[in-house]
Amino acid sequence: MTDRLDVRKTYKLYVGGKFPRSESGRSYEVTDHRGRFLANAAQASRKDARDAVVAARAAFAGWSSATAYNRGQVLYRVAEVMEGRRAQFADDVAAAEGLTGRRAQDIVGAAIDRWVWYAGWADKLSQVLGSSNPVAGPFFNFSTPEPTGVVAAVAPQDSSLLGLVSVVAPIIVSGNTAVVLTSFERPVPAVTLSEVLATSDVPAGVVNVLTGSASEVAPWLAAHMDVNALDLAGVDDDALRKSLEVAAADNVKRVRRADTSDWSADPGLSRIRAFLETKTVWHPIGA
Amino acid sequence: MNRTSTAVLDDLGVRGEVTASDASLRRFLHGLPGVDKVGVEARAAALSTRSIKTTAKAYAIDLAISMIDLTTLEGADTPGKVRTLCAKAVRPDPTDPGVPSTAAVCVYSDLVGLAKADLGSSGVKVAAVATAFPSGRASLGVKLTDTRDAVAAGADEIDMVIDRGAFLSGRYLQVHDEIAAIKGACGDAHLKVILETGELATYDNVRRASWLAMLAGADFIKTSTGKVAPAATLPVTLVMLEACRDWRDGTGATVGMKSAGGIRTTKEAMRYLVLVNETLGTDWLTPDLFRFGASSLLNDLLLQRHKLATGHYSGPDYVTVD
Amino acid sequence: MSPTPFEYAPAPESRAVVDISSSYGLFIDGEFVDGHGPAFKTVNPATEEVLAEVSEASAQDVDRAVAAARRAYTKVWSKTSGKDRAKYLFRIARLVQERSRELAVLETLDNGKPIKESRDVDIPLVAAYFFYYAGWADKLSHAGFGPDPKPLGVAAQVIPWNFPLLMLAWKIAPALAAGNTVVLKPAETTPLTALLFADICRQADLPPGVVNIITGAGDTGRALVEHPDVDKIAFTGSTAVGKAIARSAAGTRKRLTLELGGKAANIVFDDAPVDQAVEGIVSGIFFNQGHVCCAGSRLLVQESVADEVVERLKRRLTTLRLGDPMDKNTDIGAINSAEQLARIRALTDVGDAEGAQRWTAPCDLPDHGYWFAPTVFTKVTQAHRIAREEIFGPVLSVLTFRTPDEAVAKANNTPYGLSAGVWTEKGSLILRMAGELRAGVVWANTFNQFDPTSPFGGYKESGFGREGGRHGLAAYLDVA
Repeated sequence: MTDRLDVRKTYKLYVGGKFPRSESGRSYEVTDHRGRFLANAAQASRKDARDAVVAARAAFAGWSSATAYNRGQVLYRVAEVMEGRRAQFADDVAAAEGLTGRRAQDIVGAAIDRWVWYAGWADKLSQVLGSSNPVAGPFFNFSTPEPTGVVAAVAPQDSSLLGLVSVVAPIIVSGNTAVVLTSFERPVPAVTLSEVLATSDVPAGVVNVLTGSASEVAPWLAAHMDVNALDLAGVDDDALRKSLEVAAADNVKRVRRADTSDWSADPGLSRIRAFLETKTVWHPIGA
Repeated sequence: MNRTSTAVLDDLGVRGEVTASDASLRRFLHGLPGVDKVGVEARAAALSTRSIKTTAKAYAIDLAISMIDLTTLEGADTPGKVRTLCAKAVRPDPTDPGVPSTAAVCVYSDLVGLAKADLGSSGVKVAAVATAFPSGRASLGVKLTDTRDAVAAGADEIDMVIDRGAFLSGRYLQVHDEIAAIKGACGDAHLKVILETGELATYDNVRRASWLAMLAGADFIKTSTGKVAPAATLPVTLVMLEACRDWRDGTGATVGMKSAGGIRTTKEAMRYLVLVNETLGTDWLTPDLFRFGASSLLNDLLLQRHKLATGHYSGPDYVTVD
Repeated sequence: MSPTPFEYAPAPESRAVVDISSSYGLFIDGEFVDGHGPAFKTVNPATEEVLAEVSEASAQDVDRAVAAARRAYTKVWSKTSGKDRAKYLFRIARLVQERSRELAVLETLDNGKPIKESRDVDIPLVAAYFFYYAGWADKLSHAGFGPDPKPLGVAAQVIPWNFPLLMLAWKIAPALAAGNTVVLKPAETTPLTALLFADICRQADLPPGVVNIITGAGDTGRALVEHPDVDKIAFTGSTAVGKAIARSAAGTRKRLTLELGGKAANIVFDDAPVDQAVEGIVSGIFFNQGHVCCAGSRLLVQESVADEVVERLKRRLTTLRLGDPMDKNTDIGAINSAEQLARIRALTDVGDAEGAQRWTAPCDLPDHGYWFAPTVFTKVTQAHRIAREEIFGPVLSVLTFRTPDEAVAKANNTPYGLSAGVWTEKGSLILRMAGELRAGVVWANTFNQFDPTSPFGGYKESGFGREGGRHGLAAYLDVA
């Protein structure tokens, strides 16, 4: 049997449901943990970030007004489609993170299960986080959580898949749309995830995935006046983190600071809550 | 339901009082029962699950063809385009004389004479859009001239647009008087009043504008110009059909309904016919009282007609493209 | 063009999509076994055709089913993580979606409801309830019942014939999500979709004994709820049986939730959106042939618009299409059983005798099967039996009121309290009525809406406990 020469994939960005190269034409070499060549990833520019925000904003109206039941089904569908690509994800994660096959498979399983966990939250959020408020007057008063809008996220640098999923899913489950900058050195699982998102029922623009450098791209997202919130999960550098928070203040972005998350732990509700508004409605009772 | 049918009838008996001022007209129109958006959309969706098969489908396809105002309303319209349209209207399928003609062709007013000559004694009517179609932004004098030109050229039907700006700013009397004036200029031609429901935005507005048009003398009320999205929809049509029904109940008079714009497939057309059938009854299933304003719908109806006749799916190469 | 009117040609759904066995056993511990009671027949109420013979579970069979459920609870399900219980329930939800057409056809054949309702309402909701409760299985600590709420154990569930598979979903989905195992008895006239559901449990690889389905009538149900090793009883059905169950459970440790009868008021004010109100009245009482515990069986209409509303209602009712439930254009299907038909006839005869005025929608009733045409009684007062007793059929009683106070007084003047409807464009009036009505569900400018996120259940003799929503978990958790 002759050795077959494999066909290699071009790794691209994922913006508005399409897979463009960087408008800048740039790419950078990605290696595995031993330094062997893996891929040339597209290196996103500020203009790619701009395009991604436009796509995320355009998708917001439809995604946030979809029924919670529908959003839950879509997130669950992502889990289903990922399950069918377990082997590919495990290879990606093993190469990116230098793990044994077994460990990589466990991480992929955890990432799939994380979608399932968040899928179930879609139609329960407002039951757990909302309330009916007994105001002292003839008024019906209730509070419901609503998505804040377009959320820009810097995904964890180390946990290239589980960390990424753990950041993206809680952003979109409530109806936000996301622009996510992947791990710079380990972007390959994110590109595979993009392909899963594109072939699940996730509407175009709900998740936009950029590969590239946080120090180059994140400042543009942090300062973007049409971004409503910022998730700094993957920003390790203190000076950069501070400057992003300063930029974010210009339009009062909600900022979720970096944390030393154990991505395998029970995620709880905090990442969902970080990107919610609370709306309270008053209505007279009488007539 | 601030008003019972009887009360409406009483008001109609004193129609002069209703239309005495913007204030009285406003009181009347805003006294009409409200339309609940969720409820009316659910009703339209429920009716759209009706399954029209075999003999019923064959009947409905021919009925739908006979209800079409075959339309071309482009800046690029030419005598040649109008000629092919007229030929298609008279004989939609050259291979099958059993296919009924459409109800009318619908063109801009300057092309009426041409269409009239082409259609001759075929029985297919000529409808002309008038009154500064589609925006309606011109003086009443211009609109009247536009209408008289079309009538003089032989138009059987006038499709006018209401002044949406006046309606949305609450100048109901102006809208009413303008419709009445155009009606006066129509002579024997039938007047279809286009509400442009996509710009009225709410179902309450659609119901009020329907009544306003009927009060002012409309022979037909029509959803849309086709130039604004959304054009005809099922729930908007349902609200307008309910207005026709309540008008009939209150006055005994019949006002027709035309759904125009965006209806392209046989399946959609069937849904409109079901709405008519279940809201106004079989009496209303006639080109005299219900029309489709459409162009590409006709070929889809013909393709479905082929399918029913032959048992296999046809293709676009087997209907004429004009 | 032919001059004939627009008659919808028959558009029958194919029954070939579902295989019905000639006989069915009991589903116990993951497999079908023969019951020890006599077999009974389940018929298609639209044709009186026998669909299948079904085993009746004897007391011994009930014991076996409860033992299987106990074993599965102790050895497997109580040790299965919430995450894995969620995955099983998600699988079931997907399997229901995948086999939706088969389930819809079988439901319509066995129950008599129109295929458009089983297809567009029942089965999609079944999937939705499983999907919703699947999501709770690994989130119980967030449900407001403390950090680590525990299941009860073995749940005995007895369900009615009006929404056979949907009632199964309302019972099984929250029970399994919370970590219980179940023995469920479907109604004797509609067992088939529950038995098909057993096959879905097989496809989902649900561990044996977690779900057990036993068939039979009242005796089987009694044996089940009175079984000493049952921790929880969930019953949906008549108020009379519900009271009997409450008595039998007295003095035991069993937890109990009851979803019983109703006599809901559907209240229409003079400023209602009239065309939508008429639709709501129609769906309120004629949906599912009126076999709905929360049906809007009493129309309370403001006197100033009563004539107009009733006139519009009658006109609308003349367009309802009664007949073959398998026809996609059928609006009103068959009455579920000869027994139920007799009850409807008896109560409507009382309506005549007591002086109410009967109006029947003009429609031809098929020669075979159990049928009752949509019927409206006017000139009904609070004193009439048809205004007080649950008819559970396509029969509407029309009463009038003058003021909101009077509407509330009349609406609440019943031992039941399951649901109510309010129709007005005035929001503050809706909220006032909602506050004063003694009913577990109040629909405003709509009626008969169901959703897995929304708690459902009654006040007073309509039962206690809630199904659906976060509240529905409480019925299956040790949190009292």
